[in-house]
Amino acid sequence: MENIDFSLVDWSRAQFALTAYYHWLFVPLTLGITWIIAIMETIYVRTGNPEWKRTTKFWMILFGINFAISVSTGIIMEFEFGTNWSNYSWFVGDIFGAPLAIEGIMAFFMESVFIAVMFFGWNKVSKRFHLTSTWLVALGSNLSALWILVANGWMQNPVGMFFNPDTARNEMLNFWEVFLNPIAVNKFLHTIFSSYVYAAAFVIGVSSWYLLRKRHILLAKRSSLIASVFGLLGAAATVITGDGSAYQVAQHQPMKLAAMEGLYKGTENAGLVVFCFLKDAENPENQGHKEQIMKIQFPRLLSYLAYRNFNAFVPGIKDLIDGNPEQGIPPVAEKIEKGKRSIHALSTYKREKEAGNISAALEARKIFEENFEYFGYGYFDDDYNHLIPNVPVTFYSFHIMVGLGFLFVLFFLLSLQKVFKNSIGEKRWFLYAGILMIPATFLASQMGWTVAEMGRQPWVIQDIMPTMIAVSQINADAVKLTFTLFALIFSGLAIAEVSIMLKQIKTGPKEEGN
Amino acid sequence: MFENLSHNALQHYWWGIIALLGALLVFMMFVQGGQSFLLSFARSETEKSMLVNTLGRKWEITFTTLVTFGGAFFASFPLFYSTSFGGAYWVWMAILFSFIIQAISYEFRTKPKNVLGSKTYEVFLFINGILGTVLIGTAVGTFFTGSNFSVDPVTHFSQWEHPAYGLEAIVNFRNVALGLAVFFLARVLGLLYFINTIDDQEITSRSRKNLFINAVPFLVFFLYFLITMLINKGFAYDPANGLVFEMPYKYLHNFLEMPVVGILFLLGVLGVVGGIILGVKKRNRHAFRSAGAGTVLTVFALFLVAGYNNTAFYPSVHDLQSSLTIQNSSSSLYTLKVMSYVSLLVPVVVTYIYFVWRSMNRKQISKEELNEDIHIY
Repeated sequence: MENIDFSLVDWSRAQFALTAYYHWLFVPLTLGITWIIAIMETIYVRTGNPEWKRTTKFWMILFGINFAISVSTGIIMEFEFGTNWSNYSWFVGDIFGAPLAIEGIMAFFMESVFIAVMFFGWNKVSKRFHLTSTWLVALGSNLSALWILVANGWMQNPVGMFFNPDTARNEMLNFWEVFLNPIAVNKFLHTIFSSYVYAAAFVIGVSSWYLLRKRHILLAKRSSLIASVFGLLGAAATVITGDGSAYQVAQHQPMKLAAMEGLYKGTENAGLVVFCFLKDAENPENQGHKEQIMKIQFPRLLSYLAYRNFNAFVPGIKDLIDGNPEQGIPPVAEKIEKGKRSIHALSTYKREKEAGNISAALEARKIFEENFEYFGYGYFDDDYNHLIPNVPVTFYSFHIMVGLGFLFVLFFLLSLQKVFKNSIGEKRWFLYAGILMIPATFLASQMGWTVAEMGRQPWVIQDIMPTMIAVSQINADAVKLTFTLFALIFSGLAIAEVSIMLKQIKTGPKEEGN
Repeated sequence: MFENLSHNALQHYWWGIIALLGALLVFMMFVQGGQSFLLSFARSETEKSMLVNTLGRKWEITFTTLVTFGGAFFASFPLFYSTSFGGAYWVWMAILFSFIIQAISYEFRTKPKNVLGSKTYEVFLFINGILGTVLIGTAVGTFFTGSNFSVDPVTHFSQWEHPAYGLEAIVNFRNVALGLAVFFLARVLGLLYFINTIDDQEITSRSRKNLFINAVPFLVFFLYFLITMLINKGFAYDPANGLVFEMPYKYLHNFLEMPVVGILFLLGVLGVVGGIILGVKKRNRHAFRSAGAGTVLTVFALFLVAGYNNTAFYPSVHDLQSSLTIQNSSSSLYTLKVMSYVSLLVPVVVTYIYFVWRSMNRKQISKEELNEDIHIY
């Protein structure tokens, strides 16, 4: 670890995080609102009612503004795997590159080609062609999410691969295992459903503002109806897939689960924390740990959610670091030792093979393969704190996300009830609540990604490649400079985007319904 | 279908796909070429709006082609992806910055309360028009002239060996000549696209005048690059042991030893020159098609010459044996097979692009259309 430039690693991480946060400000809206627009246009085509066309076009304008900036932040993310994580790009490019390429061929072209028809084709193509294009834009944007989340899911749970010591990289063994990786499937579903909640909240929030101002009443009520149904289905599905995601985390990333729950000492019959604060532990034996105060929890529920058994043992951070022989958990010291053996054997294998000593090379390869399971641990030293993610950030992010997730279910239930009773514009508090749902869904979404990415540290590929090894070997000052430029440009563009969006909302839809 | 193909055959197949995507990208850069006229060409706001709107209906396809080009490189030749992007940091970052500011400019330019003002977004499009073309051309130039990097033989982790992190490429005029050739070619294609898609006599006649002015420097820079490429040494490798060595007239040899590629190249050049002549002589909608098809063929052939026939497509002048070839930088046999099945989608994509393009471009953009109730940039 003494050869690692941690300034470079930190700035590279900061740059990727900055790009990802900005990108994720805009993408969820695109993922969800395209379906809402497609539903509205379908009603227009089926009924011929020009009011529905006007409604469709209005949301399309807002989508267009949002789409432009999500594209502009997205291009950087794909290329940053190369520019800032070049070691990673070689180490897993054989597997990771495939979903990115498929995303381009299968999803991006569909989205970019048919979006031109969606915006400019009203008077150039038939109604049905236009409607098909709108649905294809929705499908394309969601397919894009599918492939990038297959890639991300593989980083959290590397399956369908083997390490080839001759090429010193991981290579794909089974595409379907990579594609149907349970973490990827859950992650995809959880992400898109939560994005539908985000988009539905946006539509209801804007509609609520119109209802408060008593403007565009018909548009606001109709939009609220579609968004309420869409949002409720999305919120319920988000909760269900969230449970699936947490279960997968428990199976494959126990350290992340322990950080999400702030659990230092493992226990059977573990309770699920609903609320608590973390503070530094006072007991000198637990130096560096956090204690939970003012805790409210559901007894035994964490054991059930993690292992589908109310009595199951859930390991804490201390168990995962020091080991727990009773539960069959090895200490990290042992993993580090095996990892170092594996790395050393790989060098020996390459050297002996180059020198033509086949039997020595094969012996080294055997040792390498026996210890490969903990390959990534070999890059760490005796300071085990490097193997623990940032607990407060992961813990609070997780609990904010979950709390808001349940709030959204309640909100959309209430909203749907009011829509069906035709009383959605009557209670001002509910309209204000509708507006507040926009930042709330945004916050929940960002917290979700924080849990996913901060919680899995220090790994870029779980147990195989630490983040510090994945980084491009460039000057840290170069990354500092590009980070600053990105921060300035993205902030400037985001301000412009919000300003344009607010103005368009204030202006409202065009009055003529042609 | 791909099951029986060898690793070597799939490496060649995938280099062909990369060449095709690169060729389509350069063709689609007519959008960038057109953008480079925004600050000088239009004589009124209406004219400017017509230029922006005709280009704006295609910018996403160019953008997507660039992203897919990067993704396909990552999937098929990951060592190139990690070495070039992770090393020539400043070149790629400059290219990416120029595309970030392009993506929002069309949508934001005429929207009220856009904070930065319309002019700023037009300057953004202009910057993308220049940097996007010149820098991508310059970066591709290094495929023939070499770069400064090394690759660790054990870990295959790469290291850039020049403190300018890729910007040193602009010191070699051969790289810059290709960059400028791409820039002027993009402008030529942009002008031909204006002629094809804008229903305005003034814009058409001004485009035709500018066509000749831009075609001359394109031909000068392109010929300079081509001649120096043919007469200089190139970078070959021995497929038996992978050793890379310098070879005089390597790229000339490649053309001669791969006559089909040579013929494609000549047809491509004829297509581009023919398109320019058609456009200069009279208003002719075939001019854009001829120059566009010619561009695709020319660039496709150049990429094949860079990577086929035992040629190191990304040579290292710092350490010759670190040079990248389609043999030593590719994905595994299994991944290339999987990706080859995915590549069967490419004709599907091209087909629907063709039909959508035809439907959307059937009628030229006119001043009247800009006043209709449609989405306007």
